[in-house]
Amino acid sequence: MRKKNRTAPRKGPQKKSRLVSYLTHHLQMLIASLGYLTRQPVSTLMTSAVIAIALALPAGLYIALDNASRISADWDGSTLISLFLKPEVSIQQAEKLASRLRKSAEIEAVSIIDRDQGLKQFQKISGFGDAIEFLDDNPLPHVITVQPVVDQQRPDKVVHLVKKLQSENLVELAQLDMQWVKRLYTLLDLAQRGVWIVGSLLALAVLLIIGNTIRLDIQNRREAIEVSKLIGASDGFIRRPFLYTGLWYGISGGLLAWLLIAVSLGILENPVQELAVLYHSSYELTGLSSSDLASLILISCALGLGGSWLAVGRHLSDIEPS
Amino acid sequence: MIRFDNISKRYPGGFDALSRVSFHLPRGQLAYLTGHSGAGKSTLLKLIALIERPTRGQIFLDGVNLTNIRNRRIPQIRRHIGIIFQNHHLLYDRRVFDNVAMPLVIQGYRHREINKRVRAALDQVGLLNKEKANPITLSGGEQQRVGIARAIVHKPTLLLADEPTGNLDPDLSREIMALFARFNMFGTTVLIASHDLDLIRQTGFPSISLNKGTIEHNDLLTLDPLARAV
Ligand SMILES: Nc1ncnc2c1ncn2[C@@H]1O[C@H](COP(=O)(O)OP(=O)(O)O)[C@@H](O)[C@H]1O
Ligand SMILES: [Mg+2]
Repeated sequence: MRKKNRTAPRKGPQKKSRLVSYLTHHLQMLIASLGYLTRQPVSTLMTSAVIAIALALPAGLYIALDNASRISADWDGSTLISLFLKPEVSIQQAEKLASRLRKSAEIEAVSIIDRDQGLKQFQKISGFGDAIEFLDDNPLPHVITVQPVVDQQRPDKVVHLVKKLQSENLVELAQLDMQWVKRLYTLLDLAQRGVWIVGSLLALAVLLIIGNTIRLDIQNRREAIEVSKLIGASDGFIRRPFLYTGLWYGISGGLLAWLLIAVSLGILENPVQELAVLYHSSYELTGLSSSDLASLILISCALGLGGSWLAVGRHLSDIEPS
Repeated sequence: MIRFDNISKRYPGGFDALSRVSFHLPRGQLAYLTGHSGAGKSTLLKLIALIERPTRGQIFLDGVNLTNIRNRRIPQIRRHIGIIFQNHHLLYDRRVFDNVAMPLVIQGYRHREINKRVRAALDQVGLLNKEKANPITLSGGEQQRVGIARAIVHKPTLLLADEPTGNLDPDLSREIMALFARFNMFGTTVLIASHDLDLIRQTGFPSISLNKGTIEHNDLLTLDPLARAV
């Protein structure tokens, strides 16, 4: 039997290649940090819940706003601009103007109420029917009603359109019905900014919560860190488990936030539908779309990583073997 | 292997732990570092392991000047050193096997190679049957030997031991010292700090003795022709 040479070269197949060893360590730490968290389920759950609440709040407000703006979008159909034409304008001129307006991209629909028709309507609605019979002359002008194309994001466009119509030669007065739509938009816009501010503050809170949790983790594992440094572990190697722990906090917090939102929507669904029935509407609540969910998880992951990065950067270098 | 060139170490607060210490420990040599408590033995070892930095002078390890090593390169240096402490620094949250495997894991050894080497190291310190135990269940002497296994598992070229027999009885102490002598036979350079003069005399290896931070006596001078020339 031939004797095999068993002395392998000092650096050869005994070690993994740098890249392989780097990647396996990442994978190992991804799993190990999850194991670490599941071995202390109560504190993990509590931390995740705090993160979840901090994330669910702005996300819930975002959904509420989204729903509110959809309600107002339903009402946009009733946003009308009335053009009272000058008294001397004839019906032919009015029709010419109307057909020109129909071609505008900013305008959805145009209709004409001629002065006789207008008078009849006025008689009917106002109850002045008899009194108006005594008038020799119809005092009303022709009226063109314009339904603008409403851009959710740019309520000011309607106002701009009104100004433009006002400057038409034949128009005596252009009047936007429903000033309150504009007010609602302003309010929604304000609320949206509010959500951004609240959201940013709560994101900062999540960053600090995760940072603090990781800081405590670092302190708890002080001894292991010291030993690792002593036997030549690189900073990256020591950082990794903590960064992955932060990432897991982010993921679990994000998923839990989504769960909170889903449950809350479930609770609100019936009352909202009852309300809708009262208003003869078929309005339904919309929750988070899958892309919203993806951004929620992405944001919480980023916060988890960011928070742990802050903690690791500040506190790992404090721990040196002595 | 190790050369100290007029090394002084002043700790923050102004205490001079070492003053103008020079010596040369040749490759493959085993030597003891002796001296009263507070003489500066631990400080000297910490300077080699880059746990502390000298205030003045230069240290060469295997030809590399440690004085201007950047922090980023420290891990690379430490991977060539095995360090054994009086308080053995074992981690009680993992098995004996995993404690010993740490240096190999850090350096990215393959799974099979880790198994082989950890077993070999545990075998050398006579603890192969304890690989699955938690170190907290072991006696003081056994824990110290686990620490030694961890220090030699990656086959370092230099072994530093700070009072490795500090709280062990004489028989166990002799056993541990014999272990170091065996590693030395296989070519590892070894420096052991100890105040157990009787034990050291028995073993017959050279020693450097420190007194209040200065070298009082150095056996290596009579051994090493290179050092004598200097
Ligand atoms: N981190 C430190 N800060 C200040 N003084 C220290 C520090 N470490 C050690 N010393 C002092 O330096 C001297 C030498 O300590 P040390 O090297 O531990 O001696 P030995 O190991 O020989 O007992 C002692 O007087 C000790 O008090
Ligand atoms: Mg000491």
